Amino acid sequence: MAHEEILSEQEAIEKDIRSRVAAFEKARGNLIPILQMIQEKQAYLPPEAINTVAAHLEIPVCEVYGVATFYNQFRFHPPGRHPVKVCMGTACHVKAGDVILENFERKLEIREGQTTPDREFSIERVACVGCCALAPVALIGDTVHGHMAPSKVEGLLLRIRIEKEKAEREKVRGER
Amino acid sequence: MMLNILIDDKKIEAEEGKNLLQACLDNGIYIPNLCHVKDMAHPQASCRLCFVEIEGEKKPVPSCSVTVREGMRVKTDTPSVRRLQRSAFHLLLSRHFIECKVCPANRKCELQKIAKFLKVGLKSNYPLLLPKAVLETGKQETDESHPIFNYYPNRCVLCGLCIHVCRTTHGIALLTFAKRGIDTVISFYGEEDVSRLPGDKCLACVNICPVSAITLKSLS
Ligand code: SF4
Ligand code: SF4
Ligand code: FES
Ligand code: FES
Repeated sequence: MAHEEILSEQEAIEKDIRSRVAAFEKARGNLIPILQMIQEKQAYLPPEAINTVAAHLEIPVCEVYGVATFYNQFRFHPPGRHPVKVCMGTACHVKAGDVILENFERKLEIREGQTTPDREFSIERVACVGCCALAPVALIGDTVHGHMAPSKVEGLLLRIRIEKEKAEREKVRGER
Repeated sequence: MMLNILIDDKKIEAEEGKNLLQACLDNGIYIPNLCHVKDMAHPQASCRLCFVEIEGEKKPVPSCSVTVREGMRVKTDTPSVRRLQRSAFHLLLSRHFIECKVCPANRKCELQKIAKFLKVGLKSNYPLLLPKAVLETGKQETDESHPIFNYYPNRCVLCGLCIHVCRTTHGIALLTFAKRGIDTVISFYGEEDVSRLPGDKCLACVNICPVSAITLKSLS
Protein backbone atom coordinates (compact mmCIF):
# COMPACT_ATOMS: atom_id res chain seq x y z
CA MET A 1 0.00 0.00 0.00
CA ALA A 2 2.67 2.43 1.09
CA HIS A 3 4.57 1.65 -2.07
CA GLU A 4 1.52 2.34 -4.23
CA GLU A 5 0.94 5.59 -2.42
CA ILE A 6 4.46 6.73 -3.21
CA LEU A 7 3.96 5.74 -6.83
CA SER A 8 0.72 7.65 -7.25
CA GLU A 9 2.23 10.65 -5.51
CA GLN A 10 5.14 10.44 -7.93
CA GLU A 11 2.72 10.30 -10.85
CA ALA A 12 0.86 13.33 -9.60
CA ILE A 13 4.12 15.29 -9.39
CA GLU A 14 5.10 14.25 -12.90
CA LYS A 15 1.70 15.25 -14.25
CA ASP A 16 1.96 18.60 -12.52
CA ILE A 17 5.43 19.16 -14.01
CA ARG A 18 4.22 18.20 -17.48
CA SER A 19 1.38 20.69 -17.40
CA ARG A 20 3.63 23.45 -16.06
CA VAL A 21 6.23 22.79 -18.75
CA ALA A 22 3.51 22.83 -21.42
CA ALA A 23 2.52 26.32 -20.30
CA PHE A 24 5.93 27.70 -21.34
CA GLU A 25 6.33 29.06 -24.83
CA LYS A 26 8.33 26.68 -27.06
CA ALA A 27 11.44 28.88 -27.17
CA ARG A 28 14.98 27.75 -26.47
CA GLY A 29 15.45 30.79 -24.26
CA ASN A 30 12.96 29.22 -21.86
CA LEU A 31 15.19 26.24 -21.17
CA ILE A 32 16.78 27.59 -18.01
CA PRO A 33 13.59 29.10 -16.54
CA ILE A 34 11.84 25.73 -17.08
CA LEU A 35 14.67 23.83 -15.40
CA GLN A 36 14.59 26.27 -12.50
CA MET A 37 10.85 25.77 -12.12
CA ILE A 38 11.26 21.98 -11.98
CA GLN A 39 14.08 22.14 -9.49
CA GLU A 40 12.02 24.43 -7.30
CA LYS A 41 9.06 22.01 -7.37
CA GLN A 42 11.00 18.77 -7.03
CA ALA A 43 14.30 19.84 -5.49
CA TYR A 44 16.13 18.10 -8.34
CA LEU A 45 15.85 17.32 -12.06
CA PRO A 46 14.63 13.75 -12.49
CA PRO A 47 15.36 12.04 -15.85
CA GLU A 48 11.63 12.05 -16.75
CA ALA A 49 11.52 15.81 -16.33
CA ILE A 50 14.58 16.26 -18.55
CA ASN A 51 12.84 14.19 -21.23
CA THR A 52 9.66 16.25 -20.87
CA VAL A 53 11.60 19.48 -21.35
CA ALA A 54 13.46 18.16 -24.40
CA ALA A 55 10.22 17.00 -26.01
CA HIS A 56 8.51 20.31 -25.30
CA LEU A 57 11.32 22.47 -26.69
CA GLU A 58 12.02 19.96 -29.48
CA ILE A 59 15.73 19.73 -28.73
CA PRO A 60 17.84 16.64 -28.00
CA VAL A 61 17.69 15.25 -24.47
CA CYS A 62 21.47 15.42 -24.20
CA GLU A 63 21.41 19.11 -25.00
CA VAL A 64 19.11 19.77 -22.04
CA TYR A 65 21.44 17.71 -19.87
CA GLY A 66 24.52 19.53 -21.20
CA VAL A 67 23.06 22.92 -20.35
CA ALA A 68 21.77 21.79 -16.95
CA THR A 69 25.09 20.29 -15.88
CA PHE A 70 26.86 23.53 -16.79
CA TYR A 71 25.23 25.25 -13.83
CA ASN A 72 26.00 24.37 -10.23
CA GLN A 73 22.46 25.19 -9.15
CA PHE A 74 20.94 22.06 -10.69
CA ARG A 75 20.85 18.70 -8.97
CA PHE A 76 20.32 15.34 -10.63
CA HIS A 77 19.69 13.30 -7.52
CA PRO A 78 16.97 13.80 -4.93
CA PRO A 79 18.41 15.49 -1.84
CA GLY A 80 18.77 13.23 1.18
CA ARG A 81 16.83 13.76 4.41
CA HIS A 82 20.10 15.06 5.84
CA PRO A 83 21.83 17.02 3.10
CA VAL A 84 25.54 17.42 3.84
CA LYS A 85 26.96 20.65 2.48
CA VAL A 86 30.71 21.04 2.58
CA CYS A 87 32.01 24.57 2.26
CA MET A 88 34.53 25.13 -0.50
CA GLY A 89 34.78 28.88 -0.07
CA THR A 90 38.23 30.43 -0.02
CA ALA A 91 38.80 30.21 3.73
CA CYS A 92 37.55 26.62 3.93
CA HIS A 93 39.49 25.67 0.84
CA VAL A 94 42.68 26.96 2.41
CA LYS A 95 41.91 24.92 5.54
CA ALA A 96 41.61 21.76 3.44
CA GLY A 97 37.84 21.66 2.97
CA ASP A 98 38.44 19.19 0.17
CA VAL A 99 39.77 16.66 2.69
CA ILE A 100 36.52 17.01 4.68
CA LEU A 101 34.51 16.54 1.50
CA GLU A 102 36.49 13.48 0.59
CA ASN A 103 35.89 12.03 4.05
CA PHE A 104 32.14 12.43 3.79
CA GLU A 105 32.29 10.86 0.33
CA ARG A 106 34.21 7.89 1.61
CA LYS A 107 32.15 7.33 4.76
CA LEU A 108 28.83 7.59 2.88
CA GLU A 109 30.16 5.76 -0.18
CA ILE A 110 28.75 8.34 -2.57
CA ARG A 111 30.28 11.17 -4.55
CA GLU A 112 29.52 14.85 -4.28
CA GLY A 113 26.18 15.52 -6.02
CA GLN A 114 24.83 12.08 -5.14
CA THR A 115 22.42 10.64 -2.60
CA THR A 116 22.75 7.44 -0.55
CA PRO A 117 20.43 4.62 -1.75
CA ASP A 118 18.36 4.91 1.46
CA ARG A 119 17.98 8.64 0.72
CA GLU A 120 19.23 9.52 4.19
CA PHE A 121 22.25 11.58 3.10
CA SER A 122 23.33 13.58 0.10
CA ILE A 123 26.55 15.53 -0.39
CA GLU A 124 27.15 18.79 -2.14
CA ARG A 125 29.82 21.44 -2.17
CA VAL A 126 28.78 25.00 -1.47
CA ALA A 127 30.45 28.39 -1.64
CA CYS A 128 31.24 30.40 1.50
CA VAL A 129 28.48 29.94 4.06
CA GLY A 130 29.50 33.05 5.95
CA CYS A 131 31.35 31.79 9.00
CA CYS A 132 34.90 31.70 7.70
CA ALA A 133 36.32 32.07 11.21
CA LEU A 134 35.10 28.52 11.83
CA ALA A 135 36.77 27.11 8.72
CA PRO A 136 36.63 24.41 7.58
CA VAL A 137 32.86 24.30 7.78
CA ALA A 138 30.25 21.68 6.92
CA LEU A 139 26.47 21.81 7.24
CA ILE A 140 24.31 18.82 7.96
CA GLY A 141 20.74 19.86 7.39
CA ASP A 142 20.67 23.38 8.86
CA THR A 143 23.23 22.73 11.56
CA VAL A 144 26.61 24.35 11.08
CA HIS A 145 29.63 22.31 12.13
CA GLY A 146 32.72 24.49 12.42
CA HIS A 147 36.38 23.56 12.78
CA MET A 148 35.66 20.33 11.00
CA ALA A 149 38.26 17.61 11.09
CA PRO A 150 38.33 14.35 9.19
CA SER A 151 38.04 12.52 12.50
CA LYS A 152 34.73 14.27 13.30
CA VAL A 153 32.94 13.03 10.21
CA GLU A 154 32.25 9.51 11.40
CA GLY A 155 30.88 10.69 14.74
CA LEU A 156 28.48 13.20 13.18
CA LEU A 157 27.03 10.62 10.84
CA LEU A 158 26.79 8.05 13.59
CA ARG A 159 24.87 10.43 15.83
CA ILE A 160 22.26 11.05 13.14
CA ARG A 161 21.87 7.34 12.52
CA ILE A 162 21.49 6.59 16.22
CA GLU A 163 18.90 9.33 16.60
CA LYS A 164 16.96 7.91 13.70
CA GLU A 165 16.99 4.43 15.20
CA LYS A 166 15.86 5.80 18.54
CA ALA A 167 12.98 7.68 16.91
CA GLU A 168 11.94 4.54 15.06
CA ARG A 169 12.01 2.46 18.20
CA GLU A 170 9.89 5.03 19.99
CA LYS A 171 7.44 5.06 17.12
CA VAL A 172 7.06 1.31 17.29
CA ARG A 173 6.57 1.49 21.04
CA GLY A 174 3.97 4.25 20.62
CA GLU A 175 2.03 2.13 18.13
CA ARG A 176 1.90 -0.82 20.45
CA MET B 1 38.63 34.00 -57.06
CA MET B 2 42.11 32.79 -56.14
CA LEU B 3 44.21 34.90 -53.77
CA ASN B 4 47.99 34.88 -53.45
CA ILE B 5 49.43 34.50 -50.02
CA LEU B 6 52.89 33.94 -48.64
CA ILE B 7 53.43 31.33 -45.97
CA ASP B 8 56.98 31.01 -44.56
CA ASP B 9 58.35 32.39 -47.86
CA LYS B 10 56.34 29.85 -49.86
CA LYS B 11 53.85 31.27 -52.35
CA ILE B 12 50.47 29.58 -52.30
CA GLU B 13 47.11 30.23 -53.87
CA ALA B 14 43.94 30.03 -51.85
CA GLU B 15 40.32 30.48 -52.72
CA GLU B 16 38.63 33.63 -51.47
CA GLY B 17 36.72 33.06 -48.23
CA LYS B 18 38.88 30.12 -47.26
CA ASN B 19 40.12 29.62 -43.78
CA LEU B 20 43.87 30.19 -43.38
CA LEU B 21 44.57 26.96 -41.50
CA GLN B 22 42.80 24.91 -44.17
CA ALA B 23 44.66 26.76 -46.95
CA CYS B 24 47.98 25.85 -45.31
CA LEU B 25 47.02 22.22 -44.75
CA ASP B 26 45.81 21.91 -48.35
CA ASN B 27 49.21 23.11 -49.52
CA GLY B 28 51.19 20.67 -47.41
CA ILE B 29 52.11 23.18 -44.71
CA TYR B 30 51.34 21.58 -41.37
CA ILE B 31 50.14 23.65 -38.43
CA PRO B 32 49.24 21.75 -35.25
CA ASN B 33 45.47 21.67 -34.74
CA LEU B 34 42.90 19.59 -32.89
CA CYS B 35 39.54 21.31 -32.99
CA HIS B 36 39.34 22.16 -36.67
CA VAL B 37 37.52 20.31 -39.43
CA LYS B 38 37.25 21.22 -43.07
CA ASP B 39 34.34 23.50 -43.89
CA MET B 40 33.27 24.13 -40.34
CA ALA B 41 31.07 27.21 -40.55
CA HIS B 42 32.03 28.62 -37.16
CA PRO B 43 35.46 27.51 -35.96
CA GLN B 44 35.40 26.87 -32.23
CA ALA B 45 39.08 27.84 -31.90
CA SER B 46 39.22 26.06 -28.57
CA CYS B 47 42.45 24.05 -28.68
CA ARG B 48 44.72 27.09 -29.17
CA LEU B 49 47.31 25.08 -31.09
CA CYS B 50 47.05 26.57 -34.57
CA PHE B 51 48.72 29.92 -33.87
CA VAL B 52 50.55 31.80 -36.64
CA GLU B 53 51.96 35.30 -37.00
CA ILE B 54 50.50 37.53 -39.67
CA GLU B 55 52.46 40.55 -40.88
CA GLY B 56 50.86 43.73 -39.60
CA GLU B 57 49.23 42.10 -36.61
CA LYS B 58 50.73 42.58 -33.18
CA LYS B 59 50.06 39.20 -31.68
CA PRO B 60 49.94 35.62 -32.99
CA VAL B 61 46.41 34.51 -33.91
CA PRO B 62 44.73 31.09 -34.20
CA SER B 63 44.85 30.42 -37.95
CA CYS B 64 41.57 28.49 -37.95
CA SER B 65 39.69 31.67 -37.17
CA VAL B 66 41.28 33.80 -39.92
CA THR B 67 40.02 34.16 -43.49
CA VAL B 68 42.67 34.49 -46.20
CA ARG B 69 43.34 37.93 -47.69
CA GLU B 70 45.17 38.91 -50.87
CA GLY B 71 48.88 39.47 -50.25
CA MET B 72 48.78 38.09 -46.73
CA ARG B 73 52.21 37.23 -45.26
CA VAL B 74 52.18 34.51 -42.66
CA LYS B 75 54.83 32.88 -40.47
CA THR B 76 54.05 29.52 -38.91
CA ASP B 77 57.25 28.86 -36.98
CA THR B 78 58.37 31.95 -35.06
CA PRO B 79 59.61 31.55 -31.48
CA SER B 80 56.49 33.18 -30.03
CA VAL B 81 54.22 30.91 -32.07
CA ARG B 82 56.07 27.87 -30.81
CA ARG B 83 56.00 29.11 -27.24
CA LEU B 84 52.22 29.52 -27.36
CA GLN B 85 51.75 26.15 -29.00
CA ARG B 86 53.92 24.35 -26.50
CA SER B 87 52.10 25.88 -23.53
CA ALA B 88 48.69 25.11 -25.01
CA PHE B 89 49.80 21.57 -25.71
CA HIS B 90 51.11 21.03 -22.20
CA LEU B 91 47.92 22.43 -20.71
CA LEU B 92 45.98 19.89 -22.75
CA LEU B 93 48.24 17.12 -21.55
CA SER B 94 47.81 18.12 -17.93
CA ARG B 95 44.39 16.46 -17.92
CA HIS B 96 45.31 13.64 -20.25
CA PHE B 97 45.95 10.12 -19.04
CA ILE B 98 49.01 8.77 -20.84
CA GLU B 99 49.20 5.05 -21.54
CA CYS B 100 50.28 4.95 -25.17
CA LYS B 101 51.33 1.31 -25.17
CA VAL B 102 47.83 0.01 -24.53
CA CYS B 103 45.92 2.94 -26.05
CA PRO B 104 43.80 2.24 -29.14
CA ALA B 105 45.04 5.54 -30.61
CA ASN B 106 48.69 4.55 -30.40
CA ARG B 107 50.59 5.43 -33.59
CA LYS B 108 47.64 7.21 -35.19
CA CYS B 109 47.25 9.62 -32.30
CA GLU B 110 47.14 13.35 -33.01
CA LEU B 111 48.81 14.12 -29.68
CA GLN B 112 51.80 11.95 -30.54
CA LYS B 113 52.00 13.62 -33.92
CA ILE B 114 51.86 17.11 -32.42
CA ALA B 115 54.40 16.24 -29.71
CA LYS B 116 56.81 15.08 -32.36
CA PHE B 117 56.21 18.17 -34.48
CA LEU B 118 56.70 20.55 -31.54
CA LYS B 119 59.69 18.52 -30.34
CA VAL B 120 58.26 18.06 -26.86
CA GLY B 121 57.46 15.02 -24.75
CA LEU B 122 54.01 13.79 -23.80
CA LYS B 123 54.62 14.45 -20.13
CA SER B 124 52.99 17.73 -19.14
CA ASN B 125 55.10 20.52 -17.65
CA TYR B 126 52.10 21.43 -15.54
CA PRO B 127 50.81 19.60 -12.46
CA LEU B 128 48.45 16.81 -13.48
CA LEU B 129 44.80 17.72 -13.03
CA LEU B 130 43.42 14.20 -13.22
CA PRO B 131 40.81 13.07 -10.65
CA LYS B 132 42.28 11.83 -7.38
CA ALA B 133 41.01 8.30 -7.87
CA VAL B 134 42.78 8.13 -11.24
CA LEU B 135 46.08 9.30 -9.79
CA GLU B 136 45.79 6.90 -6.86
CA THR B 137 44.78 3.79 -8.75
CA GLY B 138 46.69 4.54 -11.95
CA LYS B 139 43.57 3.54 -13.85
CA GLN B 140 41.59 5.94 -16.00
CA GLU B 141 37.82 6.38 -15.81
CA THR B 142 35.47 4.82 -18.33
CA ASP B 143 31.92 5.93 -19.00
CA GLU B 144 30.09 2.78 -19.99
CA SER B 145 26.58 4.22 -19.91
CA HIS B 146 26.10 4.03 -23.66
CA PRO B 147 25.02 0.64 -25.02
CA ILE B 148 27.41 0.67 -27.97
CA PHE B 149 30.22 3.08 -27.16
CA ASN B 150 32.64 3.52 -24.29
CA TYR B 151 33.88 7.00 -23.47
CA TYR B 152 37.21 7.77 -21.79
CA PRO B 153 37.02 11.20 -20.13
CA ASN B 154 40.67 11.27 -19.08
CA ARG B 155 41.79 10.69 -22.64
CA CYS B 156 39.37 13.10 -24.31
CA VAL B 157 40.90 16.43 -25.36
CA LEU B 158 37.49 18.13 -25.61
CA CYS B 159 38.07 19.13 -29.22
CA GLY B 160 34.32 18.86 -29.89
CA LEU B 161 34.81 17.15 -33.25
CA CYS B 162 32.49 14.28 -32.27
CA ILE B 163 29.64 16.69 -31.53
CA HIS B 164 30.27 18.55 -34.77
CA VAL B 165 30.34 15.44 -36.95
CA CYS B 166 27.23 14.03 -35.29
CA ARG B 167 25.35 17.24 -35.89
CA THR B 168 26.37 17.49 -39.53
CA THR B 169 25.55 13.80 -40.13
CA HIS B 170 22.19 13.59 -38.35
CA GLY B 171 20.95 17.17 -38.21
CA ILE B 172 21.04 17.06 -34.42
CA ALA B 173 23.85 16.09 -32.08
CA LEU B 174 23.25 12.98 -29.99
CA LEU B 175 26.16 13.86 -27.74
CA THR B 176 27.07 17.01 -25.92
CA PHE B 177 29.53 18.78 -23.66
CA ALA B 178 28.41 18.37 -20.06
CA LYS B 179 29.52 20.00 -16.81
CA ARG B 180 32.14 22.71 -17.03
CA GLY B 181 35.64 23.89 -16.33
CA ILE B 182 38.03 21.16 -15.34
CA ASP B 183 35.10 18.72 -15.02
CA THR B 184 33.90 19.11 -18.61
CA VAL B 185 33.15 15.83 -20.38
CA ILE B 186 31.37 14.53 -23.45
CA SER B 187 28.04 12.92 -22.58
CA PHE B 188 25.58 10.72 -24.46
CA TYR B 189 22.95 11.40 -21.82
CA GLY B 190 19.43 10.36 -22.80
CA GLU B 191 20.56 8.70 -26.00
CA GLU B 192 21.04 5.29 -24.45
CA ASP B 193 17.88 3.94 -26.04
CA VAL B 194 19.31 1.54 -28.62
CA SER B 195 16.21 1.58 -30.80
CA ARG B 196 16.74 5.26 -31.55
CA LEU B 197 20.42 5.00 -32.29
CA PRO B 198 22.16 4.97 -35.60
CA GLY B 199 24.34 2.63 -33.53
CA ASP B 200 27.13 0.72 -35.19
CA LYS B 201 25.82 1.77 -38.58
CA CYS B 202 27.14 5.26 -37.91
CA LEU B 203 30.55 5.45 -36.33
CA ALA B 204 31.20 9.06 -37.24
CA CYS B 205 32.17 10.11 -33.70
CA VAL B 206 34.42 7.08 -33.21
CA ASN B 207 36.17 7.69 -36.50
CA ILE B 208 36.74 11.40 -36.09
CA CYS B 209 38.08 11.33 -32.53
CA PRO B 210 41.79 12.22 -32.72
CA VAL B 211 42.64 10.27 -29.56
CA SER B 212 40.18 7.33 -29.58
CA ALA B 213 38.33 8.63 -26.54
CA ILE B 214 35.14 7.09 -27.95
CA THR B 215 35.48 3.44 -28.87
CA LEU B 216 33.15 0.64 -29.87
CA LYS B 217 32.30 -1.45 -26.80
CA SER B 218 32.52 -4.65 -28.80
CA LEU B 219 36.16 -3.89 -29.60
CA SER B 220 37.34 -2.82 -26.15
S1 SF4 C 1 45.65 9.34 -26.80
FE1 SF4 C 1 47.66 9.37 -27.78
S2 SF4 C 1 49.04 10.30 -26.27
FE2 SF4 C 1 47.19 9.68 -25.19
S3 SF4 C 1 47.65 7.64 -24.41
FE3 SF4 C 1 46.62 7.38 -26.38
S4 SF4 C 1 48.30 7.22 -27.86
FE4 SF4 C 1 49.18 8.08 -25.99
S1 SF4 D 1 35.61 12.35 -27.52
FE1 SF4 D 1 37.26 12.63 -29.01
S2 SF4 D 1 36.34 13.86 -30.64
FE2 SF4 D 1 35.00 14.06 -28.86
S3 SF4 D 1 35.73 15.89 -27.78
FE3 SF4 D 1 36.78 14.14 -26.86
S4 SF4 D 1 38.71 14.00 -28.00
FE4 SF4 D 1 37.35 15.28 -29.23
S1 FES E 1 34.78 29.99 3.14
FE1 FES E 1 33.73 28.47 4.23
S2 FES E 1 32.53 29.67 5.55
FE2 FES E 1 33.50 31.19 4.37
S1 FES F 1 42.47 24.36 -34.62
FE1 FES F 1 42.53 26.47 -34.28
S2 FES F 1 42.21 26.65 -32.17
FE2 FES F 1 41.97 24.49 -32.51
